[in-house]
Amino acid sequence: MQHGKYRFIAGFLALPVILYAVFVISPFVQAIYYSFTDWTGLSSDFKMVGFKNYNWLLHDDLFWKAVGHNVVLLLVVPLVTLGLGLFFAFMLNVGGRGRKNSAISGVRGSSLYKVIYFFPQVLSIAIVALLFQFTYNPRNGAINAFLGGIGLESLQQGWLSDPKLALWCLMAVMVWSNVGFYVVLFSAGMSSIPKDFYEAALLDGANRIKTFFKITLPLLWDTVQTGWIYMGIIALDAFAVVQIMTVGPGGPADSTQVMGYYVYTKTFHDGQAGRATTIGVAMLIVTLIFAVIVTRLGRRERLEY
Amino acid sequence: MGSTSDVGRRDLIKRSAALGLISVPAMSALSACASGGDDDAKKVDKGKKSAKNPLAVNESAALDVVIFDGGFGQQYAKDAEAEYAAAFPKTKGKVKHAATQKIQTVLQPRFNGGTPPDLVDNSGAEQMDMGTLVGKNQLTDLTPLLDAPSLDDPNKTVRETLRPGVVEMGQFDGKPVWILYYAYTVYGVWYSKSNLAKLDMEYPETWDDMLKVCEAAKKKGIAGWTYPGKYPYYLPFSLYPFIAKIGGRDVLDSIDNLEPNAWKHPAVKAAFEAYYELYKKGYILKGTPGLTHIESQTAWNQGKALFIPNGSWVENEAKKTTPKDFQMAVAAPSSLDKSDKLPFGTLWASGGEPFIVPKSAKNPQGGMELLRIMLGEKSTKNFIKQVSSLSSLNGGTEGLRLPPGLASAQEALTKAGKNVVNPRLQDWYVTLQKQQIGVGALGEMMAGRMTPAETIKKCQKFADETAKDDAVKKYKHV
Repeated sequence: MQHGKYRFIAGFLALPVILYAVFVISPFVQAIYYSFTDWTGLSSDFKMVGFKNYNWLLHDDLFWKAVGHNVVLLLVVPLVTLGLGLFFAFMLNVGGRGRKNSAISGVRGSSLYKVIYFFPQVLSIAIVALLFQFTYNPRNGAINAFLGGIGLESLQQGWLSDPKLALWCLMAVMVWSNVGFYVVLFSAGMSSIPKDFYEAALLDGANRIKTFFKITLPLLWDTVQTGWIYMGIIALDAFAVVQIMTVGPGGPADSTQVMGYYVYTKTFHDGQAGRATTIGVAMLIVTLIFAVIVTRLGRRERLEY
Repeated sequence: MGSTSDVGRRDLIKRSAALGLISVPAMSALSACASGGDDDAKKVDKGKKSAKNPLAVNESAALDVVIFDGGFGQQYAKDAEAEYAAAFPKTKGKVKHAATQKIQTVLQPRFNGGTPPDLVDNSGAEQMDMGTLVGKNQLTDLTPLLDAPSLDDPNKTVRETLRPGVVEMGQFDGKPVWILYYAYTVYGVWYSKSNLAKLDMEYPETWDDMLKVCEAAKKKGIAGWTYPGKYPYYLPFSLYPFIAKIGGRDVLDSIDNLEPNAWKHPAVKAAFEAYYELYKKGYILKGTPGLTHIESQTAWNQGKALFIPNGSWVENEAKKTTPKDFQMAVAAPSSLDKSDKLPFGTLWASGGEPFIVPKSAKNPQGGMELLRIMLGEKSTKNFIKQVSSLSSLNGGTEGLRLPPGLASAQEALTKAGKNVVNPRLQDWYVTLQKQQIGVGALGEMMAGRMTPAETIKKCQKFADETAKDDAVKKYKHV
């Protein structure tokens, strides 16, 4: 029965592998190829220009600005999103006062909260971005109206029209729209942790904060790491919120320019597809570096329970 | 400005799966590049040239039209296509019409594959870069159309029926005309006659009076100005003609030519300082730097601000929010002082909605013929009625009751006479004009984050960078 086994497996794998090659690998390869040409994207007349595009990229201030913003997003957005996700999930599962003879339970109404937290996840990012654009509106947006309503006119801001705040406003939206998913994900992870661990810890006199750091987090580490990579990829993208919400878009004064949006403008506004694919290749490199760092840093021995 | 994709994720998966299945046997997938190949598409045979058919259109060939579905909608083009089908009955049912807001997304694959449509309205946020199209020789020279007899008067060529400056706008270097701008836009300072009358004011013809009007409005709790702060490249609509008025046409020409130190001209400084004063004195509507074009126009319609820099499409775009007694009007920029080079009335007016016939179009004569029909009296009248904008045809307004904004634009044009300026930055160097000078410099200045001196430095820096960039094709005023 041994011979033919591999042929059997290969037969089953062929279709998905071919699909993957056609729709994932080949665009990557093509993008790398085009990044060495002066292709405009508007005609099939182009020639090889060697490393000229890469040379341009290294000396382009706007690109480095965009990289800087992506790095800020990469540091802040996953940290805040996962931190909040963990906190809420912990409160929903372990944070309540013991009732009904069980030492461990979530806060009151936790099953309802789970549903509510998940709401933003079902809205498409375009809708979320539009909603928040109205919220941030300096003249009749909800935030300034609220601040005015409670007599804090001095705190009213231009939000998205202020270069110092615009990127933070975007981050808030990204966190808001993603946190619910991680609450549900971590909740699922936590519910599989045996209750007696917690009971034992409580008997030993550990408080909630200690149990979180000594029991919950170590046992959830794999899930957190996966979440970290996903959130990192979202932070490296950020195209939709920039394109829909920001001044310009990408402004004010390039304060919200990110790599993804820069690729778009180079392709669709400037007719410089060669340069755009070069930025795309740079994004690929940054993403790979990020993934390597996260998996390296995150290595821990697996706990069996 | 929405960006919801019109392809659902599920559709995409279905389609890609289907595509995958198709391409598996082919296995040529890796060579199916995005840039395709130039398999010279077969052009249709020419038809018989006659008085009624001066461009020798093939009378039974299909026609493929793609229209930008923006502020002007697409109905005017559909109506013209119906005229085309009536003129060539054998083409009935063969006129393919598509409309989109994402011109480049839709057309890029077709341009690269060598199968573009016969006529494209290349407009909107995703306008394909004209400089690149011309530089890569992707367009058909429209000279035969311009030299053909016009639809209504066979003794006049199409060229002779157009408004001044339209033909020149379609030229990039030398004789060929690559683009025909179908709409004709009057830019300037837009206001409401009735709201000004409530303050017992007239439109201010000098800058001192402008400041007086704004001060009077401020006392009533009304802002003098607003503008689309999210897209600050609306500011030049009144600012550039203001610069030309102060320092003469040459200032704008040297800016267009990317000459070193073009922005350092005293006229630029004077104009910037005048506008900056509006901010300094608190005459700009609070929150303006964060408003979209629609939001700022709505605030202006509600009487919260008196003036807005805009183009003549605003009447159609703001139709829903404009009060009945608003009496929309447009005026040329006010005079700075007596030493201005050009008289009051100098304004910016130029073609809008650039129509192109791609080089590899199957039926280029058909594309040009449709343009010839659109530039006829009947289609033009229809266009003016539908979208309340002028067209490039010099006329077409006779016997029509024009809405207030359009009537005022018509008057402003008459008043300007020869003093119409046409800065080319926004069609030659789109990114420089919109993203860099518009958002990066002017937007920052009007939000009070940069002084005029810093703004001028920044504009010059951006212009110099574009001038140095060999990936951008350069153009010069002849």
